[in-house]
Amino acid sequence: MARVFIPPALRSLTAGLHEVDADGDTVGEIVDQLDELFPGARSRLCDADGLKPGLIVMVGNSASSLGLLQRVTDDEEVHFLPSIGGGA
Amino acid sequence: MSTIEKPAYKVIGTRPVRHDGADKVTGVAKYGADVSLTGLIQAAMLRSPHAHALIKSIDTSAAETLPGVRAVVTSADMPEQGDRFVDLGEGGTIMSHLSSNVLAREKVLYKGHAVAAVAADSIHIAREAVQLIKVQYEPLPPVLDVREAMRDEAPVLNDDVRTQMLGAADPDEAEDQPTNVAKKFLFEKGDVEQGFAEAHVVVEREFTTATVHQGYIEPHNATAQWHADGKVTIWTSTQGAFTVRQQTAELLMIPASDVKVIPMEIGGGFGGKIAVYLQPVATLLSRKSGRPVKLIMDRAAVFEATGPTPGTYIRAKIGVTKDGKITAGEAYLAYEAGAYPGSPVSCGCMCIFGCYDIPHARVEGYDVCVNKPRTSAYRAPGSTNAAFAAETIVDEICCQLNIDAAEFRLKNAAQEGTRRVDGPVYSRIGMVETVAAIQASDHYQSPLEGSHRGRGIASGFWFNVGLKSAVTAMVNADGTVSLVEGSTDIGGTRTSLAMQLAETLGINAEQVKPTVADTDGIGWNDVTGGSRVTFATGIAVVEAAKDIQRQLLQRAATLWNCDRESVRYEDGKIAGPDQNVITFAEMAGKMLQTGGAIVGQGVCSDVAQSGAFGTHCVDVEVDPETGKVQILRYTIAQDAGTAIHPSYVEGQMQGGVVQGIGWALNEEYWYDDQGEMRNSTFLDYRIPTCYDVPMIETIIVEVPDPNHPYGVRGVGEVPICPPPAAIANAIYQAIGVRMQHLPMSPPHVMAEILRLSSAGNGRA
Repeated sequence: MARVFIPPALRSLTAGLHEVDADGDTVGEIVDQLDELFPGARSRLCDADGLKPGLIVMVGNSASSLGLLQRVTDDEEVHFLPSIGGGA
Repeated sequence: MSTIEKPAYKVIGTRPVRHDGADKVTGVAKYGADVSLTGLIQAAMLRSPHAHALIKSIDTSAAETLPGVRAVVTSADMPEQGDRFVDLGEGGTIMSHLSSNVLAREKVLYKGHAVAAVAADSIHIAREAVQLIKVQYEPLPPVLDVREAMRDEAPVLNDDVRTQMLGAADPDEAEDQPTNVAKKFLFEKGDVEQGFAEAHVVVEREFTTATVHQGYIEPHNATAQWHADGKVTIWTSTQGAFTVRQQTAELLMIPASDVKVIPMEIGGGFGGKIAVYLQPVATLLSRKSGRPVKLIMDRAAVFEATGPTPGTYIRAKIGVTKDGKITAGEAYLAYEAGAYPGSPVSCGCMCIFGCYDIPHARVEGYDVCVNKPRTSAYRAPGSTNAAFAAETIVDEICCQLNIDAAEFRLKNAAQEGTRRVDGPVYSRIGMVETVAAIQASDHYQSPLEGSHRGRGIASGFWFNVGLKSAVTAMVNADGTVSLVEGSTDIGGTRTSLAMQLAETLGINAEQVKPTVADTDGIGWNDVTGGSRVTFATGIAVVEAAKDIQRQLLQRAATLWNCDRESVRYEDGKIAGPDQNVITFAEMAGKMLQTGGAIVGQGVCSDVAQSGAFGTHCVDVEVDPETGKVQILRYTIAQDAGTAIHPSYVEGQMQGGVVQGIGWALNEEYWYDDQGEMRNSTFLDYRIPTCYDVPMIETIIVEVPDPNHPYGVRGVGEVPICPPPAAIANAIYQAIGVRMQHLPMSPPHVMAEILRLSSAGNGRA
């Protein structure tokens, strides 16, 4: 199970939960499970093309450009964060 | 100083002459303004005289009929973007905003906003024609301050902006109401109320910082040639040829593969030469005129119309126990985005407590549009402003508790395993080591004597990024290697990359011939930014070198008629059975007889960096009669991971400090109440010169980054973060005045001296 950190802006969907354990081999599968557990999560994180622009996923310590395709192993942390930059 | 015993490198850590040095010091190197083509014509821009106005009409007829004029363009020549949202490498970009920033559509949003452009046989005709363009404006009231812009009654810049919070409307905001507050960010860790309840001392302060510019010496430039087959070539000074290609293609809705961008040498960027301003306009003018077109900004346009870094308002609070352990932190950051959304406030939020292990914290941030140029990145974007707030409060806490400022930092420093406020956990980092290095330095250990003199220290954090790079390395028969890369060389990266290739192949740095290619000459490379090139492109270079090694081993096996597994590569030589040994150069000489060209390829994609830290110490003297601050001595300790070329690491450290000193003491945009910048020249916008700063003493700390084969960390950005706070802390020690506004220029320092004196608290 991956350990998914829920951004404060999504905690209204998770009844205040800061972290949840989620099954999935990829970030996409984890988002699917989040959406099952907390309806609306997918639409906050993704659009039709994948993760919303301006958002990155960090699996462990690594930001991944693979987005929903990024593989996740058991016990890894998953964070959804603003992309690093400025003046975009 | 190194924290671990390093491998015995032969090339890494030496200081070879830079590969591009001779051309640069002899004036041979070609910059954007040097481009000369057959049939080249010149262009000029018409810019808005208003900070905020509706464009009622544009009449270009008189300009078009002026003899010598070849083309006139306005936003009517740019495709409509609709609601397209495109990721251009530094987060998502609303294409209609990028397009309107290049050539204004319905509104102008800052003084200097581009409205139209003319290409003509000479720059003089183009400038004359620009004056013949008639624009009817309906002026609107401007809003120039971040807090003013957040008020309900503030003039709204963009009708399409609603406050977004992680991809949805902010639930605290009125539905479907246009606003200047484009984004809200929130980060939480632990229970902040509990954390402050555990504190014995809590310090909360407010800080403001002025808008400042990156201050690169070379103005923006672009030359475009539209070819008869519909393709376009662009020569330009940029931090990223590929993002220029992508932005131009997206804006003009042409295939990216039809656009070739040739990056010229760059006269400074610091984050400000990533967004396009002139390239699409020069392209349109070339398409319309059938001639190559050159377009160059003057200094006023650079200041008034290209990305400064934001003015900010920050309120921060830190709680500690009586023995100096941080229990909680809280911060509110509001950053000016300029005309369109996109300030680095999210980075400021994620950096503000980045130096410390804080169990409980809450940080919120606001991205706010104001009638100033659209901001762009500037060296560790968002972090310097945030460090000014956090590190000033830390110093005040140290004074209240009578704890040594270095000891306090050591006690609370983030280290491997510390969870950041925004969530992720640090891998191996060097915050502790930079503080220890300053603490042990001759500077920190030497007494500071004299009246009105003070010493301050401060630390800073920047993430550093990896992103994507690709390189090609071609072996030459004379025993050299041509290294083709796509990362703009701003700080000596041709050489730092060549050195990594040389180290891996066991040859000399001088045997590598690095070249920065155009967008048709190499695979995708992200921008030179985020302190990433020596790290990420370096990883690609090491991969390319290993690819060459593999091919050389196969060639040697062929030469000696033995199994591939029986040959090995070691220290620039290939050894095989029967005591056969051949050097790299000898094997290269046999390349064409053993199978033809040897071409190594390397790609790096999104390898994470572990973060950069620095701690600075500064001595100042303050003139109590004028408020002028003189820097007496400055020492920087920074974790470079492994310093590939120590001279360039030191150069980045010194350059970052000097820019930070300018930001701290002098630099600011002066706007009048109508939104006109009144100091848009280098005479009045005062960046530091050699008369303002002493030699910056450098201490390179080496805590290798485990994510890079040689332990490299990016070094370009974090040195700009601590200077304002370190100087503010030194000013306090000198005259007892706590500065909470940047710049700490003589009028601002004097005002604080007089304010304290009138309150009976001054000691200046």
